[in-house]
Amino acid sequence: MYKLLLCQRYLRTRYIALASIVSVTLGVATMIVVNSVMAGFGSEMRSRIQGILSDIIVETRSMNGEFDPEGYKIRIRELVGKYITGVTATVEVHAILSYKYMGDYIPHPINLVGIDPESKSEVGPLIDYLQSYHRQKDEDREVPAERDRTEQVSWNLSPIALARRQEKAEYFRQMEKLREQMRAQREKDEVESATGDPFSEEAPTAELEETLGQMQTGRLYVGVGLATYMGIDPETKKQRTYEMIRPGDDVRITTYSAGTPAPKYFVATVVDTFKTGMSEYDSNLVYCNLEQLQDVRGMIRRNEDGTETRAFTSLQIKLKNYKDAPKVIEILKANFPAENFNVNTWEQRQGPLLAAVDVESSILNILLFLIITVAGFGILAIFFMIVVEKTRDIGILKALGASSSGVMSIFLTYGLLLGMVGAGAGVGVGLLFVYYINQIETFITFVTGREVFPEKIYYFKDIPTHVDPFTVCWVAFGAVMIAVLASVLPARRASRLRPVQALRYE
Amino acid sequence: MPATISTSVQPELRESIVMTEPHVAALAVQKAYRKGEHSVPVLHGVDISAQKGEFLSIIGQSGSGKSTLMHLIGLLDSPDVGEVQLEGQRIDDLPVRTRDELRNRVFGFVFQFYHLLPELSLMENVLTPLMIRHSIWNYWTHRREFQDRAKEMIDRVGLGHRLTHRPSELSGGEMQRAAIARALVAQPQILLADEPTGNLDAKTGRGIIDLMSRLNEHEQLTIIMVTHDKSIAAEAHRTVRLCEGRIETLTEDA
Repeated sequence: MYKLLLCQRYLRTRYIALASIVSVTLGVATMIVVNSVMAGFGSEMRSRIQGILSDIIVETRSMNGEFDPEGYKIRIRELVGKYITGVTATVEVHAILSYKYMGDYIPHPINLVGIDPESKSEVGPLIDYLQSYHRQKDEDREVPAERDRTEQVSWNLSPIALARRQEKAEYFRQMEKLREQMRAQREKDEVESATGDPFSEEAPTAELEETLGQMQTGRLYVGVGLATYMGIDPETKKQRTYEMIRPGDDVRITTYSAGTPAPKYFVATVVDTFKTGMSEYDSNLVYCNLEQLQDVRGMIRRNEDGTETRAFTSLQIKLKNYKDAPKVIEILKANFPAENFNVNTWEQRQGPLLAAVDVESSILNILLFLIITVAGFGILAIFFMIVVEKTRDIGILKALGASSSGVMSIFLTYGLLLGMVGAGAGVGVGLLFVYYINQIETFITFVTGREVFPEKIYYFKDIPTHVDPFTVCWVAFGAVMIAVLASVLPARRASRLRPVQALRYE
Repeated sequence: MPATISTSVQPELRESIVMTEPHVAALAVQKAYRKGEHSVPVLHGVDISAQKGEFLSIIGQSGSGKSTLMHLIGLLDSPDVGEVQLEGQRIDDLPVRTRDELRNRVFGFVFQFYHLLPELSLMENVLTPLMIRHSIWNYWTHRREFQDRAKEMIDRVGLGHRLTHRPSELSGGEMQRAAIARALVAQPQILLADEPTGNLDAKTGRGIIDLMSRLNEHEQLTIIMVTHDKSIAAEAHRTVRLCEGRIETLTEDA
């Protein structure tokens, strides 16, 4: 009883000891904030990757793909139908996207994925990524969404983009008319001067404007990273987004055929841009209508009865519950021959990236925990001081019959209480910080005048956080253990004081 | 030092000499402190005993070893040679736990510098021995009883109006009376007082000695008091003079 009473009194009267645990508090708070933000980013990133890749991917080993996606889909539904909510066939291939900007053609390497929007929407939140379904922030003004979310995802232009396209087509038609007049004028002049003009051989218009007014058979969704770039406006000196490709524009896609690879190209109309929040996808990925890609690549087999069978390179599967993934993988692996198919979860596909994030997080945790360990040494030093200061009291307690272990436990309990107070305060501060992190960010932005967390760079409106109770408990427990361990040495020293030694000095 | 050992009396032999068994006794105790490489002898074979209910005072100069002797009897320290007996049983070689227990139950200590715990109130200070004796659960269930006992003891030393004061808010005399209350609340058999009046003025000191005499008379409490003040020592039944680590004279007072 005297132990608890004395601990409580020491806790209330020794402010210097409380000062020593401020570092524990700060360490714990920092660990909680960092872990929460990292977990928030991590889970946000995972959900974005998962949204793009779907849960399970069955890939063909050959880039030529396999024929009959519908047959395979039926097969999959037979095998694992009870676990899945959707399956879609895609063709994935490397390609080059060329767009006309400032009068030049700019080629850019891309990953071209042929999809069927309807079934793709079943395996991933496609509608969440397409920009025409969301309101946009253009500099300071808000632009309302071009499409309502109830509208089916399709390869049609939104009314606004269509109007823009028609306007552009009209402009080019006018230009064409003008050119026609100029040519007529020139021909008249030529008759007069009879000298050849070397520029008369110049192609009258660029290819992309050939079929203005009507849309191309190829339709694309282009990642925002490809379609836009960020730059400083020379006039306003402010960051703004420059659009290189806008919905309604025509671009040229170059890819290669199945079988013996040979270059193939087609002109396609950009229907929409998409933003997943993963720059890897936003700046590399282009979705194309599946039939067009199959046509261009020659992935069609004509059957004897006149029907045709198309090919696919991967099947994306969405599960009801991701926990079933190992089971589903096992069944699929057993039924899809490994020499033709590669069956993976999205996590296995993105293994190195996820592993890197994990390593980063654990190294950060180790470093932060070292801070708390440093705090432990502070406690050690202050405890030695307190033991020296309390030497006489220890002598008194022993004279009154307190055992060595009793004296030791006073200081161990004191360390435990200090650790608990420090860790508790740290948990409180950390959780409050996480809870108000966006307000804090706004405040810091206001004070420093620099945006701490620019939405345009991180793709997040708010800082994502995820508090894992298990992590919080571990951090708090670790901090308390360090405080207790730091008090072991001073407590042992206190318990070994002989009463006479302790009482003699006055 | 074999010479000193030869002067000691065998316990069996001693019992035949002394008619009644002493309550507490130190037999031929020697004690030396180590200061670096040198050994500084403090006690050179001291025999001392007190009967049950006796008020014994040990008088001597500073550095004569009287505090050390007191510590040896009270098991705060153990002798290099010789032994300490309680009712004929050797106690200085008992296991540490048992000695802690004896200090708590048998001996009550009063020190020159009061040695109250500064963080605790007077009441809590007085309760400390009981808190040490009982487990948390035990103490909690009996706390009313213990508090009543402590209050009664504090009333007896005349500090009933100071229960919640901290030691720093008490005068020297009050602190010493509080220390006595603390020593007595555990209902010890033997009170060991190390210069209890050493830091007090004559009048306050007299009050403390009177209190101790009363306790000795009414409770049959065995008291061993160390002092360097002859007039204070004269209050005891018997005075032993300690000089340079040896017993010098014995005066029978009563």
